Amino acid sequence: MNGFGSPRPVDGGDDVVTMNPEILDKKTKETGKYVPLFEAFEKTEGKRGAAWIRKLRQNAFAHFCHSGFPTQREEDWRYTSVGPIERTPFHLASETLPHITVQAVERLRPCTLNWNRLVFVNGFFCREFSHVSDAFEDLNIGSVREAIVSKSNQLASYLAQYVRYDQNGFTALNTAFIQDGAFVYVPEGKVLERPLELVFISTSRETVSGTVLAQPRNLIVVGPSSRATIVESYVSIDQETYCNNVVTEIILEESASLEYLRLQKESGRAYHVSTTKVNQAKDSVFSSTCVDLGGILVRNDLHVDLQEEGAKCFLNGLYLTSNEQHVDNHTLINHPRPKGTSQQLYKGILDGRSTAVFSGKIFVHQDAQKTDAHQTNKNLLLSEEATADTKPQLEIYADDVKCTHGAAVGQLDKDSLFYLKSRGIGENEARNILSYAFANEVAQRIKIPSIRAQLNDLLTERYGHRSAGEGVHHGSA
Amino acid sequence: MLEIRHLHVSIEGNEILKGIDLTVRKGEVHAIMGPNGSGKSTLARVLAGHPSYQVTQGEVRYQDKDLLTLAPEVRAREGVFQAFQYPVEIPGVSNAYFLKAALNEQRAFRGQEELDAVDFLETLKQKMKLVEMDSSFANRPVNEGFSGGEKKRNEILQMLVLEPKLAILDETDSGLDIDALKVVASGVNRLRSPDRAILIVTHYQRLLNYITPDFVHVLVDGRIVLSGDKQLAFQLEEKGYEWVRESAAS
Repeated sequence: MNGFGSPRPVDGGDDVVTMNPEILDKKTKETGKYVPLFEAFEKTEGKRGAAWIRKLRQNAFAHFCHSGFPTQREEDWRYTSVGPIERTPFHLASETLPHITVQAVERLRPCTLNWNRLVFVNGFFCREFSHVSDAFEDLNIGSVREAIVSKSNQLASYLAQYVRYDQNGFTALNTAFIQDGAFVYVPEGKVLERPLELVFISTSRETVSGTVLAQPRNLIVVGPSSRATIVESYVSIDQETYCNNVVTEIILEESASLEYLRLQKESGRAYHVSTTKVNQAKDSVFSSTCVDLGGILVRNDLHVDLQEEGAKCFLNGLYLTSNEQHVDNHTLINHPRPKGTSQQLYKGILDGRSTAVFSGKIFVHQDAQKTDAHQTNKNLLLSEEATADTKPQLEIYADDVKCTHGAAVGQLDKDSLFYLKSRGIGENEARNILSYAFANEVAQRIKIPSIRAQLNDLLTERYGHRSAGEGVHHGSA
Repeated sequence: MLEIRHLHVSIEGNEILKGIDLTVRKGEVHAIMGPNGSGKSTLARVLAGHPSYQVTQGEVRYQDKDLLTLAPEVRAREGVFQAFQYPVEIPGVSNAYFLKAALNEQRAFRGQEELDAVDFLETLKQKMKLVEMDSSFANRPVNEGFSGGEKKRNEILQMLVLEPKLAILDETDSGLDIDALKVVASGVNRLRSPDRAILIVTHYQRLLNYITPDFVHVLVDGRIVLSGDKQLAFQLEEKGYEWVRESAAS
């Protein structure tokens, strides 16, 4: 599954790579805006690192120039128009950091526990807000930017090998400007005891005049028989317009296990596009929960390749939308080998005039006997004007498999509402209780208590409601 | 406490109640009996404010208020409680959370302080013992996966926690074995007091072996055709509802 056909030559050379002039001829009206940005980037940041990464960026940019952004004519983008992103004249985020205090960071962090954490502002790593207390040989919890210089060879064997730059315009654009992000490497047979937080803070204030485009590029490698817990969150300081175009590559080696929580709490005017690719070796386990609360236009692609026998993935999703928000979740599970397991539960609660899309594809190859694949998508519409589109797709070429899928779009159950009201609970509170209960099914699937608590806190905040699923253990008036 | 005058009720254009008159005073226990389809459950649901029913004529006064203009949640806060014939399952909401939210909304309405988790849990445990429910039911989602009998006990538990002024039991006895029936009855008897009234809607006389009613009314085809004391229930058990139909017709 690598975009280059053959292993990349790993070198530390500094030979000059020049831009193919044909690239510029292929540019379109929309992508042409990025040419001066790329040229400026090449002269500064682009100088860092080995030839391979510079070549990678150039190839990616060339691809972007002629392919442009995805259009609604493409089946995968039918329900989502990225026109607003295409039309916005963005400034690239710069490293010159806006004035942010430690207190502000503490307020924005979803978690207040003393976990390991890497903090990024507009996609750039901020050492002063970051804190890593775990250390053992070969463990890397740091920035891609540092690794480009100091760990070039290690980076080269993973970076852009899983998310192909030619997947679409967004992956091309991200790859063209690879600069910073989180680089996590857990060596063989290690357990990262404390969860690791990756906090991405966005702000358009005090940086440049205009709308910021940040493009974090994350790489997470969990070695054989190792275990880690990662919470990736996207938050904003102000309610500005900006764009986060994120690419995350996750590699789980044999028997590795990763518990992953992704909280998207961008500004209500932000664009958020994310592409996450997970590559799983034999008997590895990936458990993820992706939560979308913010953003005006959001698109998440989550692709999991269960590359070897016995790999398991559990994908949970929750999107809570209101106003004019549009949130599109695309998942793709690839079962090329036998005895793979995939379980998906994506739920959405839609209010206002918001729209949500769920498209989930499960691809079971001929060789993938004994595959166990299940997918469920449920949508709760709280308003007459909200719309949910759901598109489950199963493609099965093996005969001895267990595969199910189901999708539902509905409203709050009238009998349940009446039951709550008949006990004295008011209309709003009753709706909140039932919404909480609907969303809580996703939280209950999270096995690690501290991670489950994170999501519970968010739901409590949203619905003014305490621990419905957990009885009265932590309930207090 | 409750004055029902000339009440006519329809659902989807079909008239179910065709002129009900009934007066219930504090301290009284009334039983409403009748054959299937006579409208007795409709009466219970209309009093609780179920949105599917349309009142076409008549009025209901409850503690000098126009009950029919009050939202269901306001009726509950004013002390009206209905034990449902078919309690609703609510996955994802624990029994304890649900009851605490309900109780605290009602307390806030009456200007009382909210109960904190510890005090609430203490109350809940006491009342669960009374209806012989295991304490594990507190943390289970409301009615989800409960047996028929457990659901009915749960209704009585809610009633005991909320301590309503007017309790309406809608066929709470149906589908209960004798032990569960006794538990339900003892819960109701515990609530009985000079300040409260209880309306028992039932098809069978057997619950009335354990809860002695002050009045028994027989509802046939949307009208109360016969009223009497507890002896009437025994007569019905003996002679069946046909007997009432015939004597009402004659």
